[in-house]
Parts: sequence; C-alpha cells; structure tokens
Amino acid sequence: MQGSPNPKLIANALACRRGDRLLFRGLSFELGEGEALHITGANGTGKTTLIRALGGLTTPYAGSVICKGELGLLDERTGLDPDQPLGKSLDFWQRIDGCRDPSGALKVLGLEPLLDVPVRYLSTGQRKRAGLAALLNRGVPIWLLDEPLSGLDVAAIEQVTALIALHIGGGGTALIASHQTLAIDGLRTLAIEDFAPMDEPA
Amino acid sequence: MIGALLKRDLGKFFPFTGGGAALPVVFFVAVAMLYPFAVGPDQELLGRTGGGIVWIAALLAAILPLEKLVAQDIELGTFDQLRLRGFTEEIMMAVRLLAHWLSFGPPLILAAFPAAALLALDGPSLHLLLLGLLAGTPGLAAIGLIIAALTASLRAGAALSGLMLIPLALPILIFGAGALARQDQASLGFVAAISLTLVAIAPFAAGAAIRAARDV
Repeated sequence: MQGSPNPKLIANALACRRGDRLLFRGLSFELGEGEALHITGANGTGKTTLIRALGGLTTPYAGSVICKGELGLLDERTGLDPDQPLGKSLDFWQRIDGCRDPSGALKVLGLEPLLDVPVRYLSTGQRKRAGLAALLNRGVPIWLLDEPLSGLDVAAIEQVTALIALHIGGGGTALIASHQTLAIDGLRTLAIEDFAPMDEPA
Repeated sequence: MIGALLKRDLGKFFPFTGGGAALPVVFFVAVAMLYPFAVGPDQELLGRTGGGIVWIAALLAAILPLEKLVAQDIELGTFDQLRLRGFTEEIMMAVRLLAHWLSFGPPLILAAFPAAALLALDGPSLHLLLLGLLAGTPGLAAIGLIIAALTASLRAGAALSGLMLIPLALPILIFGAGALARQDQASLGFVAAISLTLVAIAPFAAGAAIRAARDV
C-alpha cells in the first residue's frame, strides 16, 4: 500500500447525533495495519453518520477520531458526474489523485466496456463498481465503505469481497458498514445497536 | 490538482461546451432585442434608457445558473470526495467562483456589443457599459455563489436564490447603471470596490455554507 506504512484509525468514545436524536455514544475501536471492522446495524442506526464522522465530514457530538494515513470513502454518492461518460468522469478523479495507471482497477471490476456510457445510464451496481475503481486508483491505506455490497449481483459481491480482502491482506485497513454478511477472514464485527443510548426519550 | 478541478468546473458551466448552459447569454441578448419592440424605435429614448435595461438583463442573467452551481455537487458527493482528498471547502468554492465568473462574465461582456447596437447606445455609453460589466460581473458571480451554497440543501432553493440575489445585487446595479445615466466613470470605482469585497468574502461564506449543509 502507498501512503503511510502503518495506517491507524482510532475512535475514542464517539457519540453522534442526527438532528436532535442521539444515535450512539461511547463507541470506541482501534484499527491498525491489515485489520478490518464490520459495522452492523439496521437502517437508521447511524452507520452512515459514523462513517462520515470518521471521514471528518461531520463533527461528532462527543469523542474524537484519530486517523493516521489517508482515508478513502465509498458511499452511494460516488462523485461521478451523471452527464459525462464514465471514462471522462473517472478521468477527472484520476487527474486529481495523480493516478498514472487506472487500467488495472477498470479491468478487475469489468468496467472497460462501460467507459463510453454516460454515468446516469449505469445501474446501481455498475455505479458502485465505478466508485470502487476510483477508490482503488487512489491507493490509500484506509478504506471507509458504506454499504459496498448493496445493489451488486452475486458475482460482483464475490469480486468486491475479494478486493476488500486483498486490500487488508496488503496491509491496508478497512471499515465496512453493511447489513449484509461479509465473507472475509479475520473480520471483526461491531454492532452499532450496542452503543445506542439506553434511555430513549419518548 | 487545482487545475484539474478548474477544468472540470469550466466544462460544467461554460456556455456551449458539454453540459454548460448558454441560457444566461441568450436571455441577456433576448432582453436587449425585445426592449425596442416594447418601447418603440425612438432612438433618443432607447439610448437614454438602454444602458439601464442591459444592467437589469445582466443581473437577471446572473440568477439563471444558480440552481446547478452548488446543489448538484453536494448531491453527487463531489465536495465530500474532494474534502477527503485534502481540498478545503474554501479552495473548492474559490475555484467554483472563478469558473462561474468565466462562464458568464466574459460572454456577457461580449454580448454587450450586439445589445448596445440593438439599443442604440452611443460610443461613450458602450465604453461605460463594458467597464461597468467588467467591474460588476465578478461581484454578481460572488453573490450568486454565496446564495447558491446557502440554499443548496433547501427544497425550494432555486426559487429562493433568485429572490435573495436581487436585494444583494442592488448596490452594483445602482452604481453600474448610474455611471451610464450620468456619463461619469467615477461611480464604477464603487462597483469595483463592492465586487472586490464580495469576491474576497465569497469563498469563505460559501465554504462555510456547504460545510454546514453536511450536518443537516
């Protein structure tokens, strides 16, 4: 993996709110090189909010995040321009990231035949794979994945799972929020519901 | 990296390329074209009031691109992804401001030539109009960007942004069109000063606005 050799992602007693509602509190974990954490929980329990807080996109209500190494985020909003063909859309991010050889990721994810198709015509699964290609091309050590398997067919699920496993095997770190099961060796699991506030206000 | 961002933003907003809209320029020329039909072909009246009409058209043309200016990229997650790559919101908004101005300021200034001909403006008036637009359009772009960022997460944002731009753009209109009425270049200094202040504030105000929109 490029970037810092020893990636770390640490959450210290995190608490996050959405609007006035406290989603979770006292959530702590520590992830290092080659480690992955699977965040489970029903819809609306705060998985996405947690990921956005870890990525520094929102400020947590309490607690702190320590992050050593560059972060990459894959969520349902891939930042790919719907009016542009996929190739041009990915090109923009490659230029921003200074990625020299994007073809590897495109080939692995089977995106090469789709490069001329405008992003708005892509299916959910294709778009997700395109987002993953952009993430792969960044070569960052820490992955934040929000529902990486949603909208994917069986073959694509296997492929994406294998890519995540490869990333971890190469010394990377990954945090995956998903309500689906992930077949990855050595994956730790954290149920976000365990950190929901006890005295739910009526 | 910033060059790549500017290139993308320009491709998105510049008229006649890709997804960019030529609407503001067409709108601007259309107003200049229709005005003589509405008030009649009195050269003296047209010359006296035409400059003001061009300014009103410029101000209204500045409203047209606002809807797409910020909201779409918030929805697409572009700003989130850029943030994770180390761009600050202020840099993103400064680049966007430059792209927004380039895509409607210079085209509007060019369109002022046919507009001036249609409205029978004389040489000195055209000179003041061009200088005024050059000084005023960056300010209009800055107001537009701030408003677009502030209203991006609102459902009726597009309608609201038009309403909000008008009072904020009044000083630019008063001094810009006033220079034409009095045939005096001095008040264009005010236009330039207002524009510069707005341009300096805009990246910070708009940057704070899109950060705040994430927490909604």
